Amino acid sequence: MKTLPRSSILSRYRLHLADILLCVVPLLAYLLFPKYLALGSMVLVFALFAMSFDLLLGFAGILSLGHAAFFGIGAYTAGLLAIAGWNEAICGVLGAALLCAAVAGVAAPFLLRLTGLPLVMVTVGMSSILLEAANKASWLTGGDDGLYGIRLRPLFGRFAWSISGETKFLYTFAWLLVSFFVIRRLVSSPFGVALQGIRENSSRMKLMGNSVLPHLIIAFVVSATFAGVAGALWAQTGGFVGLGVLSLDTSIDVLVMLVLGGLGSLYGGLIGAPVYLIFKNFAQELNPFYWMFFVGALLIVVVRFSRGGILGLIESSVTRFAGRKKQR
Amino acid sequence: MTAALEVKGITKSYGAIQVARDITIALQEGERHALIGPNGAGKTTLVNILSGTVTPNSGTISLFGHDITKDSSAKRTRKGLVRTFQVSNLFKKLSVLENVFLAVSQKESASFDFWTGAGKRRRLIERAEAVIDQLKLTDSINDRVSEIAYGRQRLVELAIALALEPKVLLLDEPAAGIPHSETDILLDAVEGLPKHIAILMIEHDMQIVRRFASNVTVLVSGAILMRGSPKDVMMSHQVREVYLGRGGADRFASDSLHA
Repeated sequence: MKTLPRSSILSRYRLHLADILLCVVPLLAYLLFPKYLALGSMVLVFALFAMSFDLLLGFAGILSLGHAAFFGIGAYTAGLLAIAGWNEAICGVLGAALLCAAVAGVAAPFLLRLTGLPLVMVTVGMSSILLEAANKASWLTGGDDGLYGIRLRPLFGRFAWSISGETKFLYTFAWLLVSFFVIRRLVSSPFGVALQGIRENSSRMKLMGNSVLPHLIIAFVVSATFAGVAGALWAQTGGFVGLGVLSLDTSIDVLVMLVLGGLGSLYGGLIGAPVYLIFKNFAQELNPFYWMFFVGALLIVVVRFSRGGILGLIESSVTRFAGRKKQR
Repeated sequence: MTAALEVKGITKSYGAIQVARDITIALQEGERHALIGPNGAGKTTLVNILSGTVTPNSGTISLFGHDITKDSSAKRTRKGLVRTFQVSNLFKKLSVLENVFLAVSQKESASFDFWTGAGKRRRLIERAEAVIDQLKLTDSINDRVSEIAYGRQRLVELAIALALEPKVLLLDEPAAGIPHSETDILLDAVEGLPKHIAILMIEHDMQIVRRFASNVTVLVSGAILMRGSPKDVMMSHQVREVYLGRGGADRFASDSLHA
């Protein structure tokens, strides 16, 4: 066997600099910016959400504008469980993830027969229906007022959920790492390679003996499961769930984060979420009325200069730098 | 003996246009069969019907005695009926190795392995490398398919088919677009295939047909005009008429008498 180039999609299992950065950078942020742990937890939640969406869009090539449905189901499930008295945090997340997997498992076989624009339309439609249902079912969801009073037992019976947010941050970070590990294994495996084959040319995959639909369903279910994990963490760390988690805005936010960071590598969401949310946070502080102006400008600049997002920008400058070095 | 591939009474029309009229062909195990005919005769349509991407209006297709007429194209492929495309149909953004790996991985039912790093599946990689080597593509093994010459892309097309270890192989003009200097690589690879594989090849180049096939079927306007050995077909006045028109056929006949 010859050596596989690192850039091959068959080499994704190998340890990457970005993997180490993922472990180190959040911890550095934890130590250096203790005042921003609430924002930090939110960033980690959305990084996880964006990563789950990358599995769907970046690897399987499924464009859905209804991914917030699973984020929302996860959030409401974890919130309701805690309020109902099942306030052990980890089980709350697992319960939310399980429900999302079940819902996705039922929806996927119907949804994924569609592709392209019809699929986008149907996902928008389904998530709108879900939003409206959550609004009407105010006895369950609190409707416009939302769910509040989500309280959790200390983690492992020992670590209290401090106001300053240390436990929340580290707890969310641990979930992000575990989820990253699982999704990373998945996309590096022959299954993951086949998904990328389907994304590139699904009719050819059929003529190589792949039935396509089962692969897409599995990718969809796994993606929904981790979106549910992210939603549950959102409810647990924020202590509140509003209807916004189910809105189209949330689906679009996660899409924007992913495109901003770069599609199809799992790392894009991890870059895009912090950049987008931190930028948005400071833009809002700078000008609470016109902050969208700055966010829009950021998007245009990044996409204008790199189709691969921030990650693509980094990669192309590294290659250029390495190329220049070689020439000397 | 049951035929490797048996096609009975296949008919297909799009509105008023009949593209397949009652086509019946049988391929024995190990047979090398050529399908020829002028442009628009319905050769590629027939391959599409056989591989399951086009549904016929009537007729049956069976593989080693089992009816596969209602099977999806994926299922037919898994059962050993493999095709190639006249115009390369590949994963253009992926490398040659990755393209062939996808095929090997399907063949070995590895695409439901969720946990092992793809590059760690040594046997799959080595199998892919062996096929690539057989088609003399090793120099380009890590190049993106979109960045290699079209003639080499055609060889990748064949590499994918070989990696799927077919029992019946449908080759849709495999030599189209390959420079003459490289057609030998292709033909050697086809001739080097295990003897038991049945092959149906669409081909225009009569030299290739003569070298490759023992039987030839001539398709005209969706119907079978004649079948026979390459020699019989080439000598047939009827076939020449179809290709060259009546006057041309007469001239060709008198030319070949002098040749």
